[in-house]
Amino acid sequence: MSHTVQQTRPARPDKGKRAVSEGKKAERKLGLLLCAPAALVMLAVTGYPIVYSIWLSLQRYDLRFPDQQKFIGIDNYVTVLTNSYWWTAFGVTTLITVISVAIELVLGMGLALVMHRTLVMRGLVRTVALIPYGIVTVVAAFSWRYAWTQDTGYLARLFAPEAALLTERVPALAIIVLAEVWKTVPFMALLLMAGLALVPDDLLKAASMDGASAWQRFTKVIIPVMKPAILVALLFRTLDAFRVFDNIFVLTNGAQQTGSVSMQTYNNLIKGLNLGIGSTMSVLIFLAVAVIAFLFIKVFGTSAPGGDGGKR
Amino acid sequence: MRSGHHRVRGRRRLGVALGAALIASPLLGACGSDSGGVTVNVYYAAEENFDKVVAQCDKAAGGRYRVMLNGLPREADGQREQMVRRLAAGDTDMDVLGLDVTWVAEFAEAGWIAEWTGQDKAEVENGTLAGPLETARWKDKLYAAPKNTNVQLLWYRDDLVPEPPETWGEMLSTAERLRSEGKPSTVLMTGAQYEGLVVQFATLVAGAGGKILSADSTRAVVDDGAVKALGALKDLATSPVASASLSNAKEDDVRLAFESGSAAFQLNWPFVYAAMRKANPELAKRFKWAPYPSIEPGNTGTATIGGYNLAVSEYSTHKPEAFEVAKCLRDAASQKYSAINSGVPPTIESVYDDPEMAERYPMRDTILAQLKKAAVRPITPAYQNVSTLISTILSPPSAIDPPATAARLRAELQDALDSKGVLP
Repeated sequence: MSHTVQQTRPARPDKGKRAVSEGKKAERKLGLLLCAPAALVMLAVTGYPIVYSIWLSLQRYDLRFPDQQKFIGIDNYVTVLTNSYWWTAFGVTTLITVISVAIELVLGMGLALVMHRTLVMRGLVRTVALIPYGIVTVVAAFSWRYAWTQDTGYLARLFAPEAALLTERVPALAIIVLAEVWKTVPFMALLLMAGLALVPDDLLKAASMDGASAWQRFTKVIIPVMKPAILVALLFRTLDAFRVFDNIFVLTNGAQQTGSVSMQTYNNLIKGLNLGIGSTMSVLIFLAVAVIAFLFIKVFGTSAPGGDGGKR
Repeated sequence: MRSGHHRVRGRRRLGVALGAALIASPLLGACGSDSGGVTVNVYYAAEENFDKVVAQCDKAAGGRYRVMLNGLPREADGQREQMVRRLAAGDTDMDVLGLDVTWVAEFAEAGWIAEWTGQDKAEVENGTLAGPLETARWKDKLYAAPKNTNVQLLWYRDDLVPEPPETWGEMLSTAERLRSEGKPSTVLMTGAQYEGLVVQFATLVAGAGGKILSADSTRAVVDDGAVKALGALKDLATSPVASASLSNAKEDDVRLAFESGSAAFQLNWPFVYAAMRKANPELAKRFKWAPYPSIEPGNTGTATIGGYNLAVSEYSTHKPEAFEVAKCLRDAASQKYSAINSGVPPTIESVYDDPEMAERYPMRDTILAQLKKAAVRPITPAYQNVSTLISTILSPPSAIDPPATAARLRAELQDALDSKGVLP
């Protein structure tokens, strides 16, 4: 989404020029033609499902009661938005998103600094750091689940031999956050490392000449220069974290009110076969994600990588 | 794309070949199975030795068609999800479906399974116990053939309890007396947030003469009997004789805890008997069974039934053969084989009288007696939602507040029946 918003910008200065030469025109036409197939495919695979799910969300459409299908306007939205289960899941999702992204930012920054500053075996260090991100989430989630299973799991035995942590709400949520953090810190670090590479060495040297301590250099020089990269990393991870599904599905399956909005949507669509309510939920998630992206871009001024907002 | 460097083109050709191979391989796999005429695909959950029953029916077909067993996931939710997804998409590769007794209404109402009529229907109805047969019907039509049934019993140790209790209250007071004497006293029950808790609740409601849903399953009733059942669950959960892990226990946890010797009672399915003989032969000698205790004294042994029914997919392209296979898989001989070799209780009454059953199934008379006054879990197409809501609202059982919990059940179940409910 951020891509499309940003990539239109460089085109604007061109529009401003009155006289466009023949060559430019032909070039632009060719450009449009070259983009057309991709744009059409995108429309077909994303536009159609979005429109269709909005259409479904306006109907009473339960596969188990096929005779009772009818258009009911916004009734499904009223049902979902006045339901306590939905808001519980929404709260849980927000909580997981905020906590895990915050921890990831701190740890990711640390890891990025380590990877950036490593002098020996840089390739090895970077590869090792990326392993968690390379493991399939479901596989990783299963190993977390077994590690925390009462009696047999090594972590359960180490930290809480008497309790079944995955069956209690707060510990289970903590384990979900832990699994999320472990999994995506490398991704965060990777994005942040790209930002670190933008900080000129001269700037840091000048700062230390002026007597700035390491901490001051970090907060007054590195972070301001890296701000665009940090915001992009936060945006990506927030959008991802808000749609958390696989970790929860494996670890608790949403029991003890640990389900996210995506879990609940899955339960209503696939288990409940209620296409109306399920689609309503997916539209609501879509809107929530859109709002998050909008906030990041318009309020914090995040720019997508590659589109520096014409500041060059 | 026009600029075709040789290297790029070579790579693309490799890509195309790989892509083609990927697309073609599942097709090849699919073609291989039905190259020799008609194949009837049976989809059934993992059951020990069921493959031998299928092989028997394959042989009985005498080459007119093949019968293939396709395994479904171990967990009930997984089984249902796979079938539902494929049926909703009109998959023609599924012929005979193994349905949990609570799914028949849903599949029938959605138009996914074919009605049994005429001779087939008469054959299935002949000699089949009324309770299991009830689970195969929807709106007075027969949609499935009961393959096996299941019913929970009260299991106890006769060295601790010489005379089994008949009511819920008696069971708790006996356990509390044992506890004060310093003997094993725990009452074990499936209390985790899952279908097992719903079964216990439905059984208690039936034993109190109450109802959860109205007879036509359009209204959530949750009457006084249900309130009493909620009270009984709470009584157990807050009693010192309840196990500490009650709100976490599924049927296997219950079985294991009893086998370790710390408990006096367990409410569980008959599979525990064979398991006990294997795991703890010493304790197995003292391991006895009785009808499920009820809240009202006269209703002892009123329990809800479980088990599996066989249905034929509406999208099957070989329906006549599929009906034949379904009948074969659940005929008296197959049911006897499954009862003896897999431990699943038969649905045909005459099978219980078979002499071979006596050794392997000593509790058969109790089971049969209980099946004859069995209660059926609410029959509704929205059962999945009803069950999910009940298990959510009743968890943990110690937090039940009977009148308030009943009111919440009434409101949320009604929404579920009207497709207005949200699943947690």
